[in-house]
Amino acid sequence: MYAFDLERPATVADAVTALGADEAQALGGGQTLIPTLKQRLASPSVLVSLSGIAEMTGICTRDDGSLAIGGGTTHAAVAVGADVFPGLAGLAAGIGDPAVRNRGTVGGSLANNDPSACYPAGALASGATIVTNAREIPADDYFQGLFTTALEEGEVVTEVRFPVPEASAYMKFEQPASRFALVGVFVAKHADGVRVAVTGASENGVFRWSEAEAALNDSFTADALNGLSLPAEGMINDLHGSDAYRAHITAVMTKRAVTAAC
Amino acid sequence: MPKDNGIGASLKRREDVRFLTGTGNYTDDISVHRQLYVHFLRSDVANGTINGIDTAAASAMSGVVRIFTGADFEGVGSIPCGWQVTDRHGEVMKEPAHPVLAQGKVRHVGDPIAAVVANSLEEARNAAEAIDLDIHELPAAVDMRKALEEGAPLVHDELGDNLCYDWGFVEENREAVDEAIKNAAHVTTLELVNNRLVANPMEPRVAVGDFNRATGDSTLYTTSQNPHVIRLLMGAFVLGIPEHKLRVVAPDVGGGFGTKIFHYAEEAFCTFAAKALNRPVKWTASRSEAFMSDAHGRDHVTKIELALDADNNFVALRTATLANMGAYLSTFAPSVPTWLHGTLMAGNYKTPLIYVNVKAVFTNTVPVDAYRGAGRPEATYQLERVVDKAARELGVDPVALRRQNFITEFPYATPVAVEYDTGDYNATMDTLETMIDRDGFAARRAASEAKGKLRGLGINCYIEACGIAPSNLVGQLGARAGLYESATVRVNATGGLVVMTGSHSHGQGHETVFPQVIAEMIGLDESMVEIVHGDTANSPMGMGTYGSRSLAVGGSAMVRATEKIINKTKKIAAHLMEAAEADIELKDGQFSVAGTDKSVAWGDVCLAAYVPHNYPLEDIEPGLEETAFYDPSNFTYPAGAYSCEVEVDPETGKVTIESFAAADDFGNVVNPMIVEGQVHGGLGQGIGQALLENCAYDENGQLLSASYMDYAMPRASDLPLFKVDHSNGTPCTHNPLGVKGCGEAGAIGSPPAVVNAVVDALQSAGKNVLHIDMPLTPARVWDAMNG
Ligand SMILES: Cc1cc2nc3c(=O)[nH]c(=O)nc-3n(C[C@H](O)[C@H](O)[C@H](O)COP(=O)(O)OP(=O)(O)OC[C@H]3O[C@@H](n4cnc5c(N)ncnc54)[C@H](O)[C@@H]3O)c2cc1C
Repeated sequence: MYAFDLERPATVADAVTALGADEAQALGGGQTLIPTLKQRLASPSVLVSLSGIAEMTGICTRDDGSLAIGGGTTHAAVAVGADVFPGLAGLAAGIGDPAVRNRGTVGGSLANNDPSACYPAGALASGATIVTNAREIPADDYFQGLFTTALEEGEVVTEVRFPVPEASAYMKFEQPASRFALVGVFVAKHADGVRVAVTGASENGVFRWSEAEAALNDSFTADALNGLSLPAEGMINDLHGSDAYRAHITAVMTKRAVTAAC
Repeated sequence: MPKDNGIGASLKRREDVRFLTGTGNYTDDISVHRQLYVHFLRSDVANGTINGIDTAAASAMSGVVRIFTGADFEGVGSIPCGWQVTDRHGEVMKEPAHPVLAQGKVRHVGDPIAAVVANSLEEARNAAEAIDLDIHELPAAVDMRKALEEGAPLVHDELGDNLCYDWGFVEENREAVDEAIKNAAHVTTLELVNNRLVANPMEPRVAVGDFNRATGDSTLYTTSQNPHVIRLLMGAFVLGIPEHKLRVVAPDVGGGFGTKIFHYAEEAFCTFAAKALNRPVKWTASRSEAFMSDAHGRDHVTKIELALDADNNFVALRTATLANMGAYLSTFAPSVPTWLHGTLMAGNYKTPLIYVNVKAVFTNTVPVDAYRGAGRPEATYQLERVVDKAARELGVDPVALRRQNFITEFPYATPVAVEYDTGDYNATMDTLETMIDRDGFAARRAASEAKGKLRGLGINCYIEACGIAPSNLVGQLGARAGLYESATVRVNATGGLVVMTGSHSHGQGHETVFPQVIAEMIGLDESMVEIVHGDTANSPMGMGTYGSRSLAVGGSAMVRATEKIINKTKKIAAHLMEAAEADIELKDGQFSVAGTDKSVAWGDVCLAAYVPHNYPLEDIEPGLEETAFYDPSNFTYPAGAYSCEVEVDPETGKVTIESFAAADDFGNVVNPMIVEGQVHGGLGQGIGQALLENCAYDENGQLLSASYMDYAMPRASDLPLFKVDHSNGTPCTHNPLGVKGCGEAGAIGSPPAVVNAVVDALQSAGKNVLHIDMPLTPARVWDAMNG
């Protein structure tokens, strides 16, 4: 780790001001950033901790029925607090281990956009809105490839609004070492259609599987997916599984998610 | 009723009080006044020529005391290898130099190039980044087969090729084995990989070097399984410090698994630099450093052929193995694929003809050396896999085929140089078959199939050679050390005992078990006995702990020393009771004269030894302290039968272990609970190897699995509740305790059980899969199923 200063603002406004400093970086739960710092792969001069900002934590249901989760809310809090949206609560409960879940945050996960992370699939399949200090970004516009999002420098994810689907489930097939998603599929059946989001598999990060969505719009059953497959091309190929294997597992997990949601 | 004291009692581990309450004293807990910190700048290429190391800017940075490079170690010895193998042609192995810091070339990712010593670790790391390295990267030798080809990149230019040795065992049998295989009714052939592993003890390695200018004494605190061995190797071969001027302390050590046996460059560096700078120097490995500098384990590529006659009797066995040595020869590396592997190829079977060929290969990877089981898991895995494959090819029951070929008469001299003293392989197999309800397997398989899962059952045997080892024998085999063990038993004036042992405990529970033995011998409560170990300043020369040797060898030394104590106390008791020594009996801590009601307590006799007012001073010395060195006359041969039942998800290839049972023969058992714990730990590591763990390099020699993001460790949730049994103990005939050792069995016996079970599951679905290389990750199983 290189030396840095630590700021602990109490409001989003103060955090945004602090993040205006040269080489400043937001610190959520630190579950990704602290290991990165320890490896000396990042060298911010100021870390702006978001964990003391009360207005960024908590879960509530909005008038339109969607679930609003503060950007600083931990995975553990979502696992127990998002009971109106069991698919999402289940996703949060399956992240890492208790220590990770008690520190890691929704905002941190979405800002980081790790290609193997779980939340990106949840947000994309829900059709969530990522709310920042400056604007509201629809999930469909937010994820822009590996570790890349629509966020600008210094922009803070203050809240995420998740429309609550009629039925949903997240199926995570764990990478054996990291236990992140080798493939994770979130299936959400909304009044206006089914959304299927896949994480872990693609070289371009989280994506929607539109053929599966179309098939499920016709019939929301696992059998509706029979015969559907994804091309291996563009899938991640590494120590833990080939591109063809990931394409195959995506189809299997999608079916299982539908079965679990039904 | 279970015993609550002495041999056979499941006493809870004394040491756990400090381990579980955070009051242990690990090497990293040791900080010495005025200490400095060292950070090693390590190579990020696998093979390269060092053209220049510019430390000028870095040396001027804040807090930097001195930067060392290979040039500073020119007058210093090479990190030594403790075993010299002689090859098939009578030539000794190639033994390249291993400098403390790289000289001229870097040979693996992680090879230390420069060492920055600074007032703080942070300043040392900052300065390391400012060192200007000019390294010309060269193509790397990574894959063993390619490394042996003509024109392959050389790990050590001066050697001319990458072959360390070409070993044949037993060379005289070679032609007879070839002939028998040619003429056999059936030959089963299997090619397999024994995957490279990283030991991953919970505590990374640490070294603190200290130098006392007043006395000229050096002290090294280090995470070691054998401080005396480090003192000898480092003192005599690297730094030239006589043993009386060098103290090595290995305090609480948080797991070793073999990788903390060896003498490492960082230890020599800290000891050397402390003297050069006249200030203590401390190094604590990060986890990332551990991945690229702790010796790795296994990494064999093998072809094995088993020949059977028309009645399915094993008639000959031939193996050809490539064994990875990595870039340098680690302390015991050459012995692992040879004497710890070739000598075990008979397994539990009376195969009359065996020939083992091992080519050891240098590659641009981290050195490979002993890891829990060391050579014996590699032997067991290939043998138990090929027997299983033979049973499948012949359409016979795999257990029946094994039983038919079991060795049943002991002692048994194998064709690979060792003599098994005792064993009863049918007994452990009988127990295993009842433990696992083998008859109920068909119903369990049907239940799994009803859920869309495949179920498989894998059963195998193992034998290992522990209690390492008879010094004269290993000397003939190339060991450069004796493998005895020592103990000093000191009885205090008030009757309590302190045992100073050369064995080292790093999780095994010696502090609990050793007192149980002494308590039994004298008839005292075990709380009267304290164990001291881990410091060359306070224990006699010992060879340390590995190869499941502590109780069999170290415990035997302790028994011998205690016997000397008992003999002496009997003399004193005879004097005090005015009786003949021959009539003195010792029971429950009381000396009595046979046939009388005279008695004197243990404590009174001990007091008399230290307050010798009424004492036979003309016949015996005062005081009560005895030392014994014990050199075993043979190895011990724990053996057993293991079984694994798995479910395989045919859609994903994911394997789940449904049950695992182990029936072991460890001879006599001192603390059953600790024995079970050792088996559980070994099984966890064996299952880890079979399903999860894989140390992988890319073709350029970059370590792909360099952190827990990519190196999969087993977790509790990956393991079933183990069923273990050790009721079939056939006591070892040649050590005083009749014990055989239990530390490695689990890791040796379990990998083939898992793989046998998975193959069985896939076969049940009509898949023509006869082998999958470990680890059996979901992707590999699925790939195998889908051709
Ligand atoms: C052992 C382990 C296992 C894990 N397993 C999983 C898993 O199975 N699935 C999974 O999805 N994840 C997993 N994670 C990652 C975990 O979910 C992290 O919590 C998450 O990726 C980052 O969230 P954080 O709050 O810790 O962010 P930090 O690490 O603090 O920050 C990450 C990045 O986001 C930025 N940032 C943080 N908060 C905000 C914000 N509110 N607005 C804008 N930018 C912000 C930071 O500047 C930084 O760049 C695991 C982590 C560990 C250590």
